[in-house]
Amino acid sequence: MSNSSSRERNLHRQLANMKHSLFDQGYLDEQFIQLEELQDEENPNFVEEVVSLYYWDSVRLIQNIEQALEQNPIDFAKLDNHMHQFKGSSCSIGAKKLKKECTQFEKYCKTGNGEGCKRTFQQVKKEYATLKKKLERYFQFARQVGCVEKACRPK
Amino acid sequence: MMSKNNLALGQKFSVLIVDDDKIIRRIHKMLLTKFEFESHAVENGKEAVDLYISGKNFDLILMDMEMAVMDGPKATRELRSMGINNVIVGVTSRGSTSEKQAFTEAGLDYCVEKPLSSETITSLLKELAKKY
Repeated sequence: MSNSSSRERNLHRQLANMKHSLFDQGYLDEQFIQLEELQDEENPNFVEEVVSLYYWDSVRLIQNIEQALEQNPIDFAKLDNHMHQFKGSSCSIGAKKLKKECTQFEKYCKTGNGEGCKRTFQQVKKEYATLKKKLERYFQFARQVGCVEKACRPK
Repeated sequence: MMSKNNLALGQKFSVLIVDDDKIIRRIHKMLLTKFEFESHAVENGKEAVDLYISGKNFDLILMDMEMAVMDGPKATRELRSMGINNVIVGVTSRGSTSEKQAFTEAGLDYCVEKPLSSETITSLLKELAKKY
């Protein structure tokens, strides 16, 4: 019994370390913690649901930006609008690095710098994909920890 | 026993979330549920106005600024011109003071930044308690 509870503790520690690392490396900010605080017994997977919803919904926002960047000439007002939507969604899940890249994009957009926008958008997509992988790993591990917890619970 | 959020009539405080971002709608709905509010969400200002035209009423409207079809300032102006006196709180991620001011002048009671947090809701509640 002591083995399983120490195993549980180890897994929890590993999960906590994973999370701290996401914050320490600047991938996530306080907003993610706000989402976690909304999680409860009735909605134990709320954060994962919101993040999944974000990745599902943001595909079209990214497509909108890509299409707008392909136009010649670029309609910067439209582009700014699309990025504003994408940035807003990204902020709502606490995506800190992604938010920074979006802000940079907005600056280029406001000055009508198409090349700057295109370059920055590559960074945006890179951060978007990196965060997705990291969060998928985190939630997958969190679910494993949850399963072990249930298995270890005394009958 | 009445919770702090119940009106004198013993009903739950009702909130209309008006936002084109489905992630924000989901988060705000959950946040409001934590505060024991009842909430309904729509995607743009026109849907909000149509709800009121159909006879629906809410104690509080959380109105996003930028939305397709009908944006926050326009919807706010329409609701006020219809004689709607409910508290309308503008919710925006745009930092510009002039944009916030223009939105406020459309008829808002307050303007806050999104995404909302528990702290924002708590401060709003204190303000709303004065009004109600």
